[in-house]
Amino acid sequence: MTKTALSVLTVLAAIVVIWYLAVAPMNIRVALDQADRAGETVTPETPVERREVSSWTLMAKNSSHIAAGYDLDRPRLPTPTQVGKELWKTTGAMVLKGRTWSKRSLIYHGWVTLQSTFWGFLLGTTIGIIGAIAIVQSRVIEMSVMPWAIISQAVPIVALAPMIIVLSSQVGIEGRGFPKALISSYLCFFPVLVGMVKGLRSPTGEQLDLLKTYSASGVQRFLKLRLPASLPYLFTSLKIGIAAALVGAIVGELPTGAISGLGARILIGDQFGTPLAIWSALFAAAILAGVLVTLIDRTQHVLLRKMGMRS
Amino acid sequence: MTTETAIKAENLSLTFQTNDGPVHALKDVSLDINKGDFVSFIGPSGCGKTTFLRCMADLEEPTGGSITVNGVSAREARKSRAYGYVFQHAGLYPWRTIGKNVRLPLEIMGYPKEDQDERIKRVLELVDLAGFEKKFPWQLSGGMQQRASIARALAFDADILLMDEPFGALDEIVRDHLNEQLLQLWAKTEKTIAFVTHSIPEAVYLSTKIVVMSPRPGRISDVIENPLPKDRPLDIRDTQEFLDVAHRVREGLRAGHSYD
Repeated sequence: MTKTALSVLTVLAAIVVIWYLAVAPMNIRVALDQADRAGETVTPETPVERREVSSWTLMAKNSSHIAAGYDLDRPRLPTPTQVGKELWKTTGAMVLKGRTWSKRSLIYHGWVTLQSTFWGFLLGTTIGIIGAIAIVQSRVIEMSVMPWAIISQAVPIVALAPMIIVLSSQVGIEGRGFPKALISSYLCFFPVLVGMVKGLRSPTGEQLDLLKTYSASGVQRFLKLRLPASLPYLFTSLKIGIAAALVGAIVGELPTGAISGLGARILIGDQFGTPLAIWSALFAAAILAGVLVTLIDRTQHVLLRKMGMRS
Repeated sequence: MTTETAIKAENLSLTFQTNDGPVHALKDVSLDINKGDFVSFIGPSGCGKTTFLRCMADLEEPTGGSITVNGVSAREARKSRAYGYVFQHAGLYPWRTIGKNVRLPLEIMGYPKEDQDERIKRVLELVDLAGFEKKFPWQLSGGMQQRASIARALAFDADILLMDEPFGALDEIVRDHLNEQLLQLWAKTEKTIAFVTHSIPEAVYLSTKIVVMSPRPGRISDVIENPLPKDRPLDIRDTQEFLDVAHRVREGLRAGHSYD
């Protein structure tokens, strides 16, 4: 246990150290520009000249200004501390001030994204499971559906997302809830479909023959053998599916017009040049994904335990 | 002596089409199995003994000849649930407890709930697994799992038991024990048993009739009526009578082999 914790912490520490080290070269230009405007002397003196020189040279020639790169309002790369502070400012601090659902609160935006993720996950999982059942039942359906499922994943979702939003408003669907869930399910259904097909086909010939000797019906074969045998596969797919659904929901918030949701925060942060907002939204998304995957993982553990499987 | 025929095969043939040409798994096999018989099928791998058993169970379709089970076609017999089948591997469903595994055929065949409970209790006692109802398969040893799978085949009312090398993967000591139990079970239940094995002592110890088979093409090379008494303690295997039968089986196997 301590050994696992130690290796996890070592990796984490390494990431933080590399991140801190990267801040200096990434931010040196912005720091020098700022110092230049404040009337301090930097080498080379003009922004145009500085553009010709590498970050490493700038750092060597202006070592006294490196530290300033760690405390910028609009850094190229914020430090972990800055991101942490911004995250706290837009989550915990908002809660303390009683403004949890303010438009500046990431809890509010996270909740918006979470709702789309949930509906997208539900829709995608349903499509995936029903598709898998159909594919396993009939060879014809497999040959006519599977190629489209594979092709669908080759189309970049960022190209498709604006079209889905435009089309859904054309057919008179108000708001972004539905198109976002649709985009989310688009990414989510595929891993569920593939995993479930594999799971439903996992029973061995002997297990299937056994039911044949009982002269069991197709429905019985499905309920008593294929379905329970597929559950471990299903849960593995659900973990990939929920993360994909979250990515889909965020992508659905990117096309112009969205004002709430983590995706909108990222886009707005980009447009207004506030990298801290982008980074904190990114981290909020990552934390949310982690929580969702962990939830499914725990459910899997408990359920499969109950079913007598050693998971 | 008037005896009823449980299984009757006439000129049974089965040819598999493979990329290397046709494989004659069975060729012109004829055999009568009487009700209450314990018949063993023995032979080297590829002699078609398992295929023959699967034909009786309608898990394989013969390409020639005919086979009847309880006087009807193998398919009708399967549809009327005339036999219990014990596979080479116990094949218990890992997500079901031992009790629920035994319950599986009863659920499928629609036995009433109280009857199911009563039957599960009875067959688990029969195979010496009382008290293991709530255990999952992985919590049991290989021998116990195989006993559970026999209980599963005994739970419903089929008077034929088809067993495909059920003890093949078990060690000698467990195997001896299970052989002894199987004989007691056969005496108690009066079922007709067809038993595939590749062990000569096992075949001689268990059966009333030993069918020796040989490969390429799969066929019957000898049918030996076992003269041993029905009551067989384990040490009967050291008697001269036992050794004589075993010798004849070995001769039959050798004759089949020198064919090619």
